[in-house]
Amino acid sequence: MSALSSRDWGNLALCAIALAIAACLPWTAGAYGLSIGVTIAMYTVLATSWALFSGPTHYISLASAAFFGVGTYVTGIGIQYLPYWTLLPIAGVSGAVMAALVGLATLRLSGVYFVIFTLGLAEFVRQIITWSQNISGTKGIYVLTSIGEMHIYWQLLGLAALVWLLGWLIGRSRLGFALRIIGDDEAVARHSGIDTARAKILLFMVPGAVAAITGAMLAPRYVYIEPSLAFSPMLSFQVVIMALLGGTGRLWGPLVGVIPFTFLWEAISVSFPNQTTLLLGVCFLVIVYLLPKGFVGLIDLAARRMRSAEGYV
Amino acid sequence: MTALLSLRGVTKRFGGLVAVNRMDFDVTEHQVLGLIGPNGSGKSTTLNLISGAFPVTSGAISLRGQPITHLAAQDIARRGVARTFQLVRLLPSMTVLQNVKAGAVFGHRRHWGHEADAVAEAMLEKVGLAGRGHMMVGQLTYIDTKRVELARVLAGEPGVVLLDEWLAGLNPTELEEGIRLIRGLRDEGRTVILVEHVMDAIRSLCDRCVVMAAGTKIAEGTPGEVLSDAAVIRAYLGDDDDA
Repeated sequence: MSALSSRDWGNLALCAIALAIAACLPWTAGAYGLSIGVTIAMYTVLATSWALFSGPTHYISLASAAFFGVGTYVTGIGIQYLPYWTLLPIAGVSGAVMAALVGLATLRLSGVYFVIFTLGLAEFVRQIITWSQNISGTKGIYVLTSIGEMHIYWQLLGLAALVWLLGWLIGRSRLGFALRIIGDDEAVARHSGIDTARAKILLFMVPGAVAAITGAMLAPRYVYIEPSLAFSPMLSFQVVIMALLGGTGRLWGPLVGVIPFTFLWEAISVSFPNQTTLLLGVCFLVIVYLLPKGFVGLIDLAARRMRSAEGYV
Repeated sequence: MTALLSLRGVTKRFGGLVAVNRMDFDVTEHQVLGLIGPNGSGKSTTLNLISGAFPVTSGAISLRGQPITHLAAQDIARRGVARTFQLVRLLPSMTVLQNVKAGAVFGHRRHWGHEADAVAEAMLEKVGLAGRGHMMVGQLTYIDTKRVELARVLAGEPGVVLLDEWLAGLNPTELEEGIRLIRGLRDEGRTVILVEHVMDAIRSLCDRCVVMAAGTKIAEGTPGEVLSDAAVIRAYLGDDDDA
């Protein structure tokens, strides 16, 4: 890996300052502002880690809810026996192992089978938990902790910093380069000497682990968790839409999608509570037709135009 | 001379169709072997079997005496067998340099960082694309896309290079240039298997030729020998009775 350039240091410093400013939110915003902040931080973590894998490979994963749900249940069940802080790594390992198993089973298949399988996975895990709860006679789990909204926000912010750092490191690594080659042409990747299945599984474990840790962090916010909440397919779709809206070509792309989408979603939920799914579908269509490369694509296009305009001066 | 790459009884069936039937041949080090024959005779399938694109139905392939018959494509590439594709396959989202770097980073000899850049630059210079590393592959002419693909293959420093109709579709000037490039590989002492239809190229580049028809080897020898072989002429032109 090559050494850091002065530009890299500059970018790192900028990120650190932006994170420090974001960390002050609980003191400056009211309860509603903080609640929006938690939602933005949560989807930033989920969409950024989703884009680390799905961005370069173009394998659209709808498994976020499956990993997220497993994470919430790790906290929900584990909090009765173990300290909260030990549950986060347990959730991460559970998510990573689950992602590795899913990857082993599906990543050798072509993209469309992968999409369907990941959607089915969340439903499958949800049904298993519902079934086991029916057998044991419980309906949901209370997660009673002293962890407040502000602590959840800071934890998510820390996790977001970790995900960005990891994404940045992957982008500079052989694995990151391999994933981009796989995304362009898998046959070329194989014949160039890349173990495509291994590379895909390794990187798929990242969103798996991150989504599970996010779920574990969010469980205290819900207080009462049940399968339909923890494994909501809506979460998986929202992650995909936000990441695509921002654009997956840059590490900061998903963040650019998460912020406006969260506010839009809030407005829709308040004004049209019964049409949320319908409007989600419309948003998806708009992104696919008008912004295929997301905001990042628009920004890149504008930058290219400016450069070429300067070139003619 | 011991064989660098050997095929023994290699057979490939697709359902009821026998695409390659009990192929036997050896390639020795520094040799350019032409794999020729009419369309559909199984030449490209043979390359696909050697490079691990398809699994072999029966028979054995070995590289430096080690079996590679059932290895995955990436493992065969890492051991030093690199290939081009019948229809050029480049990485469309990447620059010319990054395309070539893919070979340097993941091929037989694995480089990283500035070292990989240096290898990729050197290969671009070798194929005549010096200074064009920053271009996107979509901006290239047809022969230049072929050059990039060749540079990617060479960047992995493979022991055996498989070229699948690399000269196909070139105009006469480009063809001359293409032949000169492959002759350069030959002069460097590289081992090459060439699937080709261009007879001039076969005559001037190949040390030996294996001729295939309907999945079977029908002749083997120097280009002069096989191109005057009655069975080969029949395979290409058909019997008098066919007319």
